Amino acid sequence: MKINSPLEVYKYLPQTNCGECGEATCMAFGSHVIDRSLKLEDCTPLLEDKYKKKYLELGELMAPEIREVIIGVGEHAVTVGGDDVLYRHQLTFFDQPAFAIDVWDTMPESELVERVTFIRDFKKFYVGRFLRMDMIAVRSTSGDPGKFRDVVSKVMENTELPLILCSLDPEVLKAGLEVSAERRPLLYAATKDNWQAVADLVLEYDVPTVLFAPDDLDTLKSLASTFMEMGRYDLILDPGTNPQGNMLRESFENFLKLRRAGIKEGQREVAFPLMSVPLTAYLTGGDAVSSSYWETVLATVFTVRYGDIMILHSIEPFALLPEMHIRDTIYTDPRTPVKVEPKVYEVGSPGKDSPVIVTTNFALTYYTVESDLASNGIDCYLLAADTDGLGVEAAVAGGQLTGQNISDEFKKVDFDFNEKTGHNTIILPGLGARLQGDLEDATGMNVLVGPQDSGQIPPWMDKNWPPKPK
Amino acid sequence: MSKKIKLSELGSLFNGMDVEALEGVTIEGDIELEMDASGGLNPQLAYMLGHETAQIAQHLINISRLMGYPVDQLFGSMARAAVPGVARPQELLRSKFEVARMDEWKNPIQEVTLGATSADGGSRGRTITLGGENALPYYFDSPMPHRNYVTMDVFDMPIGMAKAVKVNYEDVIESPAEWAKKVVKDFNADMVTIHLISTDPNIRDTSAKEAAETVADVLQAVDVPIVIGGSGNPDKDPEVLEKAAEVAEGERVLLASASLNLDYERIAKAANQYGHVVLSWTQLEINAQKELNRKLMKQCSVKREDIIMDPTTAALGYGLDYAYTNMERIRLAGLNGDDELSFPMSSGTTNAWGARESWMVKSPLKEDSDWGAREYRGPIWEIVTGLALALAGNDLFMMMHPGSVAVLKEITQSLHGSLERDTVDISNWVTAEV
Repeated sequence: MKINSPLEVYKYLPQTNCGECGEATCMAFGSHVIDRSLKLEDCTPLLEDKYKKKYLELGELMAPEIREVIIGVGEHAVTVGGDDVLYRHQLTFFDQPAFAIDVWDTMPESELVERVTFIRDFKKFYVGRFLRMDMIAVRSTSGDPGKFRDVVSKVMENTELPLILCSLDPEVLKAGLEVSAERRPLLYAATKDNWQAVADLVLEYDVPTVLFAPDDLDTLKSLASTFMEMGRYDLILDPGTNPQGNMLRESFENFLKLRRAGIKEGQREVAFPLMSVPLTAYLTGGDAVSSSYWETVLATVFTVRYGDIMILHSIEPFALLPEMHIRDTIYTDPRTPVKVEPKVYEVGSPGKDSPVIVTTNFALTYYTVESDLASNGIDCYLLAADTDGLGVEAAVAGGQLTGQNISDEFKKVDFDFNEKTGHNTIILPGLGARLQGDLEDATGMNVLVGPQDSGQIPPWMDKNWPPKPK
Repeated sequence: MSKKIKLSELGSLFNGMDVEALEGVTIEGDIELEMDASGGLNPQLAYMLGHETAQIAQHLINISRLMGYPVDQLFGSMARAAVPGVARPQELLRSKFEVARMDEWKNPIQEVTLGATSADGGSRGRTITLGGENALPYYFDSPMPHRNYVTMDVFDMPIGMAKAVKVNYEDVIESPAEWAKKVVKDFNADMVTIHLISTDPNIRDTSAKEAAETVADVLQAVDVPIVIGGSGNPDKDPEVLEKAAEVAEGERVLLASASLNLDYERIAKAANQYGHVVLSWTQLEINAQKELNRKLMKQCSVKREDIIMDPTTAALGYGLDYAYTNMERIRLAGLNGDDELSFPMSSGTTNAWGARESWMVKSPLKEDSDWGAREYRGPIWEIVTGLALALAGNDLFMMMHPGSVAVLKEITQSLHGSLERDTVDISNWVTAEV
C-alpha cells in the first residue's frame, strides 16, 4: 500500500456518505480500506463511470506491496501473496500459503488416484472450520510429454484442486497445458536455461509461472524483469530451498532478503509471492519418518518467514496436521480476538433433562467443547461465559471466570433454569473446579465438576448424568 | 501545438529509455501516429510494423508506470489481449539484486551466562551464554553470537506424561539424579531443569529443605548448568526457591521463576544473595513483562546480566499465535532500544504436550480425517512449537522428548550456521525419485 491514512483514501471517494458500503461515512469506509477489512469494490458508487479514474488510481495506490497471484479457477482457486508487512502484528498477513502435495508421472495409476483422493479429502476441524490442503503438484519424473499429459488428465478427473505442472522441459509443460490450460495451472518453472520456451507457453496459454533460480538472486531478479517486460505479472519466485546445513541457512537468508526488498524497499521486480519446496528434505537420504519430519520443519521455517506457496511430499497426518496448524498460527488475524459471542448456546435439541454446561468464549475453547458435545450426540445448553477471549484455566487464574460472573452471565441472557430445565444443576469445567462453592452460593444451584478435557465428557456423562437427587 | 513524427522516430526516441533518461524530458503537445496503409501492406511488413508498435506500446506503458500512473489497472488483461504478439526479449534483461541491512536495530540483547565453573566459584563443567543478538534470529544483518540451547525437564516425583515421552524415562522416573544423568548422557541435553513439583501443598507438600536435597543430588549427578523450577504454587515457591538457591550457592542456576502473582522480591533476593539468575515469567502480555523486569531491576536490584524472560509458551493450535507474536514484539522492541525488554528469552516448549494432537490416540471428532500414529504426532508438535518461537527470538528451550530435542537442535543450529552438512543438488529436484 502506498498510502496509509483514511484521509488520503477519502480524497478519492465520492464523499457523499451514502452508506451503501454499510459504513456511516466515507471517512469510516476509508479506515476500513486502510486496514483491509473492506474492499474498494464495497463502495458501489465508486465503480460508476464518473468515478472510474479515481477508482483506478486508488486501486493502484492501495495494491498490496506483494502482488497477488491467482492459480486455478472457480471455488477452488487459490490466491497467494498479498502481503503488506514484514511482521504479522503490524497488520496481519494475507493469503495464507498454499500447500501443494506432489504426485509424479511414473506412479502406478491406482496409487495415483488413491493419493489424489487422499489429498483432496484430508481435513481437520479447527475453530469452527476445516483445515485442508490446497493443490496438487504434478511432477514429470519420466520426462515423457505423453505420460505427463495422461497423468495431468487423470489428476483432473479426480479433483478440482488447482494444479502445479512441474518440469523444466518446456515440451513436457506444453503437453500438460494442452489438457489443463482452462484450469489455469501454475507452471514450474522458468529457469535461466529454458526461459524463452516457457515464456512462449505463458504468453500462449496466459497462465502464471514460477521463476526458479536456485541460490542466485541476480538471475532470479533478471528473470522477473524479463517476464515483466513481456507484461507478465503472474509470477512466483523460487530462490531454491536447500534442505540442510549452511546452504539451508543461505536459502533462509534469500527469503528474508527478497521479502525485505519487496515490502520495505518497494523493489517491484521481486515483490512477488515466494515459493518454497520443503520436498527437498527427501533429497538428503534419510528414512521415511525422518525425511517427513524434516520436511515439516522446513515447511515451518518458510511458513513463518515468507513462503507463500509450498510443494510438499509427505501425506502422513503427523506432517499434515502441524503444517496446517502452523500456517493457521501465522496467518490468523491478530486484530480479531478469537472470541465467540457470549451467550447460552443450544447444542442439538436440549430439553428439560439436558445438562447445562459452562465454558468460556475463547473461540478455541468454545469450538472444542461444542464439537465434542455435538459429535457425541449430547444435547445440552452450553454457556460461553464472557472471559474476554481467555480459556478456562487462564480465566480462573485471572479472575475473569468466577462464581459470581457465571451467575451474572446466565442472568444477562435471561436463562431461566426453572423453565428450561428440571434439575437445577450446572456443570463446571474440570479446570474451574475451585469455583464450585462460589457458584453454588451465587446461584443456589447444584454445581457438578466435569472433566478437565471436554473429550472426556461422554464417559463422565455416563457416570454422572442424570444427577442423583440430593 | 500539434506535431507529427514518424513511426521510426518515435521508436528510436523511446528505445533504451530508462529512469535516468526521463529526467528533463518533456512531452509537449499531442503525439500522433500516422500510418498510411491505404496502398496495402505486404504481410511481412505489416507484421514488422505490428511488432514495432507493440514494442512502442510496451515502452509507453512502462513510462506511464514510471510516472506513477495506474497503468496496470487501466490496461490489465486488456493490454495483453490487445497486444497478443508481445515481443519476448531475445536476451535476459540482466539485473543485480541488492537489499540493505536493517539500520533500526541498534540495541543489542543482554548477554546472560548460566552455570559457573571452578574458576568462578562453581562446580559446572562448562557455562552457557545466551543473548547478545543484534538482529532477529538467523538474520544476515548481524551474526548471532550464541546458538540456541535446550534444557531438559526432570521431575522430583513420577508424573503423568504422554506415552511417547514416558517410554524414555520409565527406568529413571523415581530418581531425579539418574533422570538428570540420562538426559545429559543419552539425549545430549545442554542443561537440566529440576522441577520441584512435589513441594506443592496440594500434591505431596515436600518441605523446602527436602527439595533442596534433591537439587544437591542433581548438581552432584551432572556438571551442566541447571534450572531450578518450583511447583507453581505462588505461596510455597518463594520458600522452596530460597532454600534451593542456598544449596546451589555459586552455581549460577536459573531460578524459575519470579512472577507478578507471587512474592518476586524473595526470589530476586535469593538470586542476588547466592549468585543466580532470575527467570522473569509473565503470561503473554508484553506490558506485564516490562513491568516485572523493571521491578526486578529497580525495586529488587537484580543486575541486567542476571535476568532471563519467559513470556509464556502456548502450544501449536492452542494459542501459539499469541505466544509467537508476543515474543517477536518483545525481541523487536529490545533491538529497537527498549532496555526493559532486551533480555534473552526462555520457552516452556514442553507445553506442546498439552495439545490434544500430541497425545490423543485419535481425533475425538468423527468428521476429521484419521490423525495417524500418535507416537509421531507428539514429538513433531513439540518441535514445531519450539521452532516457531526460535524464529521469533527465543533463546533457551525447556523440552521433554529426546527426538524433539535432537531435531530442534539440528534445525536451529543449521539456521545459526554452526552445522556443516553436505550440499545437496536441488537444481533438478522435480525429477527426483522420492
